[in-house]
Amino acid sequence: MTEQSDNLMRGTAGSVGIVEAQRASFDEPLALSSGATLPAFELMYETYGRLNAAKSNAILVCHALNASHHVAGVYAGRPDSEGWWDNMIGPGKPVDTNRFFVVGVNNLGSCFGSTGPMSINPATGAPWGSDFPIVTVEDWVDAQARLADRLGIERFAAVMGGSLGGMQALAWATRYPPRIANALCIAAAPNLSAQNIAFNEVARAAILTDPDFHEGHFYAYGVKPVRGLRVARMIGHITYISDEQMGERFGRQLREGIKYSFNPEFEIESYLRYQAEKFSEYFDANTYLRITKALDYFDPARETGGDLAKALSPAKARFLVISFTTDWRFSPARAREIVKALVDNRRDVSYAEIVAPHGHDAFLLDTPQYHAVVRTYLSRIAT
Amino acid sequence: MTIAARADFSTIAGWVAPSARVLDLGCGDGSLLAYLRESRGVSGYGIEIDDAGVLASIGNGVNVLQSDLESGLAGFDDQSFDSVILSQTLQAMRHIEELVAEMLRVGREAIVSFPNFGHWSHRLQVLSGRMPVSKSLPYQWYNTPNVHLCTVADFDAFCETRAFHVLERVVLRDGERVGLLPNLLGSLAIYRFRKR
Repeated sequence: MTEQSDNLMRGTAGSVGIVEAQRASFDEPLALSSGATLPAFELMYETYGRLNAAKSNAILVCHALNASHHVAGVYAGRPDSEGWWDNMIGPGKPVDTNRFFVVGVNNLGSCFGSTGPMSINPATGAPWGSDFPIVTVEDWVDAQARLADRLGIERFAAVMGGSLGGMQALAWATRYPPRIANALCIAAAPNLSAQNIAFNEVARAAILTDPDFHEGHFYAYGVKPVRGLRVARMIGHITYISDEQMGERFGRQLREGIKYSFNPEFEIESYLRYQAEKFSEYFDANTYLRITKALDYFDPARETGGDLAKALSPAKARFLVISFTTDWRFSPARAREIVKALVDNRRDVSYAEIVAPHGHDAFLLDTPQYHAVVRTYLSRIAT
Repeated sequence: MTIAARADFSTIAGWVAPSARVLDLGCGDGSLLAYLRESRGVSGYGIEIDDAGVLASIGNGVNVLQSDLESGLAGFDDQSFDSVILSQTLQAMRHIEELVAEMLRVGREAIVSFPNFGHWSHRLQVLSGRMPVSKSLPYQWYNTPNVHLCTVADFDAFCETRAFHVLERVVLRDGERVGLLPNLLGSLAIYRFRKR
C-alpha cells in the first residue's frame, strides 16, 4: 500500500501518514565546543516528502527541549503517536510536504535514540551517564550538518524551529552561511535572560539533588531520579504557559473542595503533577540537564562582546522571525533583538508578532495568522 | 504579481535613488516597496501593524516588520536609511511630531504623502455644514481612521516652523500634477524633505 492510499483509507489527508525513524552513524570524530571530542555518534532522523533532483527543496526542522526527530506523521500500529509538529508539516500544510523534503533530526545528548547519556560509552561498555560530554547548540548544528552531507543536501531551502529549535536555525545561519537559504526562528531569543537561566537552574537542582540521581550513573542502580525530573518538568511547564491562559483554563478551581491537605486540591496542581508524571516516564534526567545547559550557554554575541549585530554578520540567509504576544519565556522584545541585529546587517528579514493567548507553547499550536505567515513565507521560497 | 499602484507611487519612485535603502512606514500590503524594488531596485523594510497587511507583504515578497509606528522607530539606527516613506498614513497617526522626528533620525530624507483637506470639494462640504467625504477621504466622520487631517498650506507651515528643508513638493489631482492653486485644486500632496 502506498503512503497516499493509506492516508486516504485512514481518512488522514493532510498527514504525512505512516513514518519510520532512521538512524545514521558517523565514524568521523566530532569536536565539541567544550573541547571534548565524540569519537563517533549516531543521529536518529525522519524524512517526509521527496528530495528533488537538484536536492534544493530540503527543510530541516530542529527540535526544542523535550521533542525529537519524530516531527510529523504516526508510527505503524500506533495511531496516537503523532509527531510533535504534525499540525505544521504535511501535504497541504504550512510546511507542504508535496513541495518540500522535510528532515526531522534528534539532537546529540537526547534520549530518543541519537547518541546521548543513555548510549553505551565504547570506552567503558556501560552507559555514558554523567560522562557524556556537555553539548551546545553549535555542536548540534555541526552534527546536523554531517547528516545533511549524508543525505546529499548541500544547501537547505530552510532551517526552522521553535524555541531552542529557533536558536539552532540562527546558529545554522551564522555557522554555515552558504548552506542555508532561509532561517525561520520562531518563539526564540538571541540568548537566555538571567530569569530563564534561573528557571533552568531550579530544574537542574531538582534533578541533581534527587537521591536516585547517583551522580548521573543511576542506570547502573536500576533507578531513575523521577522525583527530580518531575519537579524540573513542573517548573518548565509553568514557564511555557501564560498567566492568562493558565487562569482561563484552571483558575482557582478545586477538584473536590478544600481538604486542608498537601494532596493536589487545585486543578492546576493536579494538572502539573499529571504532566510531570507523564514526562518523567519517558524523559531522561541526564538529557534534561544537558539540554537546559545548551540553552543557558547559547549566546552568539558572547564572542563579539555582546554585539549581536556583529555576531550575526556572517549570516546570509533570509529570515522569518516570529514571536507570540503572551510568550513571557522568550518574549517579543527578545525576538525583536534578533530582528534589529539582522536589520543592522541589512539582511532580508520579516517579523510577525502573533496575537495568541497561550504563552510560549503557542509555537506548537495552530493560530491561523501564525500558520498563514509560515505558509505564505514558504510558498515564496525558491527550490 | 499585480501591484495596484497608488497615485503617489510613481512620484515617490522618482524621488528614490536607484538601489537606495528605504523604510516604508505603514506599508500595508507592501505594494509600494514591491513597486520600488521592481522600478528602482531599492531594498529595505516595511513596517505594518495590521495582521492582514503583514501577511500580504510577505506574500508580495517584501521584508515586513510587524510593529506599532506609534511606539517609534527604536529598532533602527540613526541615519541608516536613504529615505523613510510615510505614504498616505500621516493623517491616521496620533503622534505626528514625534513620528516625523523619528523619520528624520533614521533616514536622510523623509517622503510624506497625505490627502489634501484643502481641496475645494472638502471646503464646500464644510461650508455646507457637513464633514467632507470624497475619493481621497472616503470615510464618514464616525468610521474614519483619520485623526490628523491637514491642508497643503498646513504642512508647508509645519515644515517651515521646524526648519525642515523641503526638497520637493508635488500636488496631484487624479494622478495629474496640479500647478496652479495646489491647495485648492489638489487632492493628494507629496513632500520630500530633510533637516536643514
